[in-house]
Amino acid sequence: MNSAVTPPATTPHQVWGRVRPARRTADRAMKIIATSFTLLAIFVLFWILGMLLVKGIGGLSVATFTQVTPGPGSEGGGLANAIVGSIVLTFLGIAVATPVGVLAGTYLAEYGKGSKLADLIRFINDILLSAPSILIGLFVYVILVEPFRGYSGWAGGVALGIIAIPVIVRTTEDMLRLVPSSLREAGAALGAPPSVVITSVTWRAAKSGMVTGILLALARIAGETAPLIFTALNNNFWFSPTLVGGVSNLPVTIYQFASAPYENWQQLAWAGSLIITVSILCLSLIARRIVRGGK
Amino acid sequence: MAAVTDQMAAPGAPAIRRTPKGTFDIVFRNASRAAALFVLVLLAGIIASMIIGGWPAFREFGLGFITSSVWDTQNEQYGAWPAIVGTLSTALIALVLGVPLSLGIAVYLTQLAPPWFKRPVSTTIELLAAVPSIIYGMWGLFVFVPLFAAYVQIPVSNIVEGIPLVGTVLYSRSPSGLGILTAGIILAFMIIPFIASITRDMLEQIPSVLRESAYGIGATTWEVVRHVLVPQAGVSIIGAIMLGLGRALGETMAVTFVVGNANRLSASIMDPGSTIASRIANEFNEAMGLQLNALIALGCILFFVTFVVLVIARILVARVKSF
Repeated sequence: MNSAVTPPATTPHQVWGRVRPARRTADRAMKIIATSFTLLAIFVLFWILGMLLVKGIGGLSVATFTQVTPGPGSEGGGLANAIVGSIVLTFLGIAVATPVGVLAGTYLAEYGKGSKLADLIRFINDILLSAPSILIGLFVYVILVEPFRGYSGWAGGVALGIIAIPVIVRTTEDMLRLVPSSLREAGAALGAPPSVVITSVTWRAAKSGMVTGILLALARIAGETAPLIFTALNNNFWFSPTLVGGVSNLPVTIYQFASAPYENWQQLAWAGSLIITVSILCLSLIARRIVRGGK
Repeated sequence: MAAVTDQMAAPGAPAIRRTPKGTFDIVFRNASRAAALFVLVLLAGIIASMIIGGWPAFREFGLGFITSSVWDTQNEQYGAWPAIVGTLSTALIALVLGVPLSLGIAVYLTQLAPPWFKRPVSTTIELLAAVPSIIYGMWGLFVFVPLFAAYVQIPVSNIVEGIPLVGTVLYSRSPSGLGILTAGIILAFMIIPFIASITRDMLEQIPSVLRESAYGIGATTWEVVRHVLVPQAGVSIIGAIMLGLGRALGETMAVTFVVGNANRLSASIMDPGSTIASRIANEFNEAMGLQLNALIALGCILFFVTFVVLVIARILVARVKSF
């Protein structure tokens, strides 16, 4: 690890002779502290991943993917309904967020140059990007759960969608801004109206970046728990295909099973945590790779 | 060419409307503007739903809702003070621990790491942000809490017992490992990736001629960081810290697992407490009537606090981004 601390040969550190010892000590101390802080953060990530592997891998079996979540006190069981429910809710969220997010990002990048309204929307979008997800859950509870007198998968999907929208708006705008304007001008010179230029030139040029935004949004909402507690809740059986009533999902199942007194519940909570974390980390890594490949 | 780009910039100019695709053009432009306006509608909707949903509680208790420490579901008395204090103190602890760590990491990534090592380390730090909140909660509750109780809470309590002030703030009556301090520590790790990656970007944007001239007059790396880089990026680093604060204030699941969910206010940061978000997550599904309104009113308070913090953060970060 010490080799990582040594600065590159180009920096003028080698000649320590004329530097007062106090300055040298301060410099050394800072380097050691900065390096050890970095190592600590890396260590924590691997500690969490290691914990998930050790405790979660024992709970993984065929039954985990084929059987439904067990009731209180019953033996065995799996996570099949929770996994399918999570996939349905997450994709519902993405289906809600993608059209809105892509169009809004397009407006900000293509139509909103220099407009005050676009500046305001961009600012508010950045705030929504870091707004606590629990508040989004409360909001959807007030507008979709309370009026219809019941939890539903639709409300859960909408809550996740609202969390995903700012992510997609932001990345879409950033990626469209990277497209050189000569491409747009070439399209316009052929007589194409702005909408055609955007849909068949600009979007196409920025495609991989926009897909990355959607993948990042997927990774962001797949593990969200707080907003689902107020909207889709959970369900220990297969949910209704109409998505009315509680829809089982992994995060809330983990939340309910983790501190339960039944051993098979705890085991399933760890297995679920492993599944969800590995999927999300893979999604993030894939999204990163696409961005890097695009550049 | 200039005329064409002008028409691009001003969609809806007559020459474009004449083309056969004219209708699609108008529809597309209005649809994208509607989608953008929807972002504003979302914010307005969140504000409105919080105020309307929490109104019965605000009306019933008035200003006393914020200052009262009673949370009694039997007698329908609700006060937000313990949750507000818990939220602020966990977030403050997270900043005290998380900010030095994040700045150290940013300095390491921009000044010390060998080039080939930069990207894997950056990615690893950023993956800390991708780990779901509930996983931090599981790690906190099942791995960190027992260790913290055995190796920190019990020894520290033994040492500080009887000492004035320190003995109050750090003494734990029941060393279970759960508490405000534990939540703050977990939150610190959760906000590191946000603060560290923004600070790293800011430090990288500083023109390298500044660094090079400082090295050229014989400054050490520490002096370059302290006297050149930090003053240059200062405002935006504060912005990054405020963004981290915004995260820490609203974090729900991880805190709910480890904060202990006590309704009483304790003078010690080693004792269990609760935050606004953890109380909402804990009680919401069993809440009815006025309790439900009180919980939404708590959400309303959380919203306004985080909103102010995030607005300041975005202004500070944006101001320096343009240099």
